Amino acid sequence: MSHEITHDGLTHDHKPKGFVNRWLLTTNHKDIGTMYLVFALAMFILGGAMAMVIRAELFQPGLQFVEPFFFNQMTTMHALFMIFGAVMPAFVGLANWMVPMMIGAPDMALPRLNNFSFWLLPFAFVVLASTFFMGGGAPAGGWTMYPPLVLQGGQNVAFLVFAVHLMGISSILGAINIIATIVNMRAPNVGYLNMPMFVWTWLITAFLLILVMPVLAGAVTMLLTDRYFGTSFFNAAGGGDPVMFQHIFWFFGHPEVYIMILPSFGIVSEIIPTFARKRLFGYVSMVYATAAIAFLSFIVWAHHMFSVGMPLGGQLYFMYATMLIAVPTGVKIFNWLATMWRGAMTFETPMLFSIAFVALFSIGGFSGVMMALAPVDLQYHDTYFIVAHFHYVLVPGSVFAIIAAAYYWLPKWTGHMYDERLGKIHFWWSAISVNVLFFPQHFLGLAGMPRRIPDYSTQFAEFNMWSSIGGFAFGLAQVFFVYIVIKTVRGGVKATDQVWDDAKGLEWTVPSPAPHHTFEEYKPVDLSKMAHGDTH
Amino acid sequence: MMNKKTKKGLLVGSLLASTAASAEYKLNLTKGVSDYSAQVYDMHMLVLWICVVICLGVFGAMFYSIIAHRKSKGVEPAKFSHSTTIEIIWTAIPVLILIAIALPATKGMIQMDSPKDDKGEPVTMDMTVKITGYQWKWRYDYLEDGFGFLSTLAADSNIARQKGSGVDVSTVDNYLLEVDKPLVIPANTNIRFLLTSDDVIHSWWVPDFGWKRDAIPGYINEAWTNVKEPGTYRGQCAELCGKDHGYMPIVVEVLSKSDYANWLAEQTGDTVTNQPASVDTPQATDAVVNMIEQSSASETAEAMVQSAAQELVADDDAEQAETEEVDGENAADEAQQADGEWSMERLMARGEEVYNTQCLACHKIDGSGMPPAFPALANSAVVTGDIAKQIDTVVNGVPGTGMMPFGNMLPAEDIAATITYTRNSFGNDAGDRVQPADVEAAKQ
Repeated sequence: MSHEITHDGLTHDHKPKGFVNRWLLTTNHKDIGTMYLVFALAMFILGGAMAMVIRAELFQPGLQFVEPFFFNQMTTMHALFMIFGAVMPAFVGLANWMVPMMIGAPDMALPRLNNFSFWLLPFAFVVLASTFFMGGGAPAGGWTMYPPLVLQGGQNVAFLVFAVHLMGISSILGAINIIATIVNMRAPNVGYLNMPMFVWTWLITAFLLILVMPVLAGAVTMLLTDRYFGTSFFNAAGGGDPVMFQHIFWFFGHPEVYIMILPSFGIVSEIIPTFARKRLFGYVSMVYATAAIAFLSFIVWAHHMFSVGMPLGGQLYFMYATMLIAVPTGVKIFNWLATMWRGAMTFETPMLFSIAFVALFSIGGFSGVMMALAPVDLQYHDTYFIVAHFHYVLVPGSVFAIIAAAYYWLPKWTGHMYDERLGKIHFWWSAISVNVLFFPQHFLGLAGMPRRIPDYSTQFAEFNMWSSIGGFAFGLAQVFFVYIVIKTVRGGVKATDQVWDDAKGLEWTVPSPAPHHTFEEYKPVDLSKMAHGDTH
Repeated sequence: MMNKKTKKGLLVGSLLASTAASAEYKLNLTKGVSDYSAQVYDMHMLVLWICVVICLGVFGAMFYSIIAHRKSKGVEPAKFSHSTTIEIIWTAIPVLILIAIALPATKGMIQMDSPKDDKGEPVTMDMTVKITGYQWKWRYDYLEDGFGFLSTLAADSNIARQKGSGVDVSTVDNYLLEVDKPLVIPANTNIRFLLTSDDVIHSWWVPDFGWKRDAIPGYINEAWTNVKEPGTYRGQCAELCGKDHGYMPIVVEVLSKSDYANWLAEQTGDTVTNQPASVDTPQATDAVVNMIEQSSASETAEAMVQSAAQELVADDDAEQAETEEVDGENAADEAQQADGEWSMERLMARGEEVYNTQCLACHKIDGSGMPPAFPALANSAVVTGDIAKQIDTVVNGVPGTGMMPFGNMLPAEDIAATITYTRNSFGNDAGDRVQPADVEAAKQ
């Protein structure tokens, strides 16, 4: 490290000089957080471009632009880029930036590991994207990687498996770091029940990651040995069982779904109280509900597999367990409503995205309850109904929460206010187009259109056209978002330290932009500034 | 903001309302054509309406709050931040609602798993159809009657769906939902389906029957239906199964019992010469059915059944060749087949027919293929080289690629004809012929 180690006040940043020292070798949680967020945004745009290819091909029946095989590569890679490249790294980036500042810690507990877990990701995605240029093309068997189909992938199988391994290692190391930070680095007077909801949801998410990412790694390693070393884990002809992969995959996959939503719950639980000017309603029940959702996520995996032919008892069990998830999730929705109730609300962009999150995530939640019913799921399963469902919880769900977080904390990160007028335009543009994009897909699924098909019978033409128009509009809106972010980074109205009127949270007690080092001394913080609700 | 939100809410509401009022198919789930599918539809509507009502409640409260509790109205924020009573209430009420939904769902599942009639007696199955998924076609075997056939995307859809075909797909009847040979079943009959796959996982779904079931290699899954009304019902493969997942439709023609009997007589009387696919003899099929019944859920037994069934199919092919010598399609063929030799013209004509239904999807109509995944046949080293190697490729497939082992799927003469066709088309001019007997020899 070449920079001088002198501490002459918070306002003097003494950031490392030079690109290599500042970014490649950094151990600073804020810089690593920035890199995670920039990386996630880049992957979001790339994954979005693949979605545009998909929607362009589906704009009308017949094949216009791509061959079916390439279409399958698009659906597969779109999912992998969005899940492992955009949503998960964005949450880790937010955790990196905000968790230390929210609990009064100077940095993450394991700063070098933090650097390593970020820099694994670009390599993982280079490995994954390189398959586009190989004989046999990119993986085209769906992001769920079901054998035997995925094993027909030729050369890309090994690259897919190693890319997933790298992403998995990155996630596990990141999760270990977050747990170590939250458990050990809280300011002396900050107890667990003083922590903001965002920190709580991330603590629980980190445990989910540690528990399930190794399971995914194991599953894909078995694919690797089946493909290259003659094992028969999933090969029926060799005494193996293709359905076993699905059980293992979804034992990872269902908690993974919550990994992608719990931090969103945390974000929304920070933003709504700020703009309602009221404490979060039912803080303790929010914590319990989050933990309950996390626990239930481990015991419901086979609801993704009702059509594989499980015994009756198994199907009944997974149906009942799945329905239970609606209870803690409902508690959360009601708590957010009660937080808004009789508050004094204003509607800045982060609040608009958070309100849209609550409303549209609920729609995704309701279709989730419908699909929990096994007999009816045998109609919904693998149709556009489920495509609509998981995009409702992931796009106006997770992605809206991430966007809300970006608007909420951008002034703290950059020292500039974003342009509120442009932010509102971005919100309305996104909120309307996302519904045009995904709502008609419910109808398509109910009318019988299977998912993952490049072409369809003419009766599905009308809604597909609507959906594509919504898709293009939504995609364009996110390019506009990139513009707003760049504009904010480059300049704008100077942000105050407090930024938002009565916002609670230690992050608002430090200057804007947040200096390179914060909370350097281990000393008690002012608990009245913490963003938790009433715990009694 | 209000206005727009409210409008959107109204739009959603009116869409849902029209769903329930007018009927249908385009917006909502189908009621289907069996008692079971109607039950599923009722369950769907029940839970949909419950969700709509709760949704309106939640959105209503939210919008009221957004209108009434805003800073611009000069309100002071309230101080409350928890209430044990209300939290217990909104935990308990959803639990009760869920229990109310779970009851009919449980009934529905039991009905699918072990069906009972109105009097509570177990329903007995009248006939069994074995469904096998292949990339990318279905095979239907009528186990009791000892015959079966492949069902593939209809030729006009198949041509129209090619990129740059220039065909306006709206002019194609039932675009992508039509097959060359539909599954035919009788109405008002309890039909058991046994589902399996020969390569990757597929899923057999006809929405009008109210369920889908995966066809998985090494497994035999079970499902059943009883269709009330004769008619034609369509569906598609629902599980991603590779490149042409979108192009393996399902068409089920339900005939009245008497029409079905006539159809069946045509099939079984004349099957041996008219069916493109290999034929299971009744004895052989009985053995399979018995074994399946004995094996019930045991997977290893199922794997044994499969391999046994495959051996039987292989035996049948030999029998079929013998039978053809006697039955022959017409006098001219009879003469040709007496010594097992097929003429070049006959091989080429049959080969083109088979190529255009079975091979065209990957290797393309002009043999140009889609390299690198699906190699070109024009000027291919395999197709212009050693005959034995090409026969081996077609009969046994190429593991780890999309090239399927056609040995068990097509009769020997179809394979022989197709190989001959590829060796003498697309600019290839090997000039040689492959005889069914060569293929038989390779299958041993």
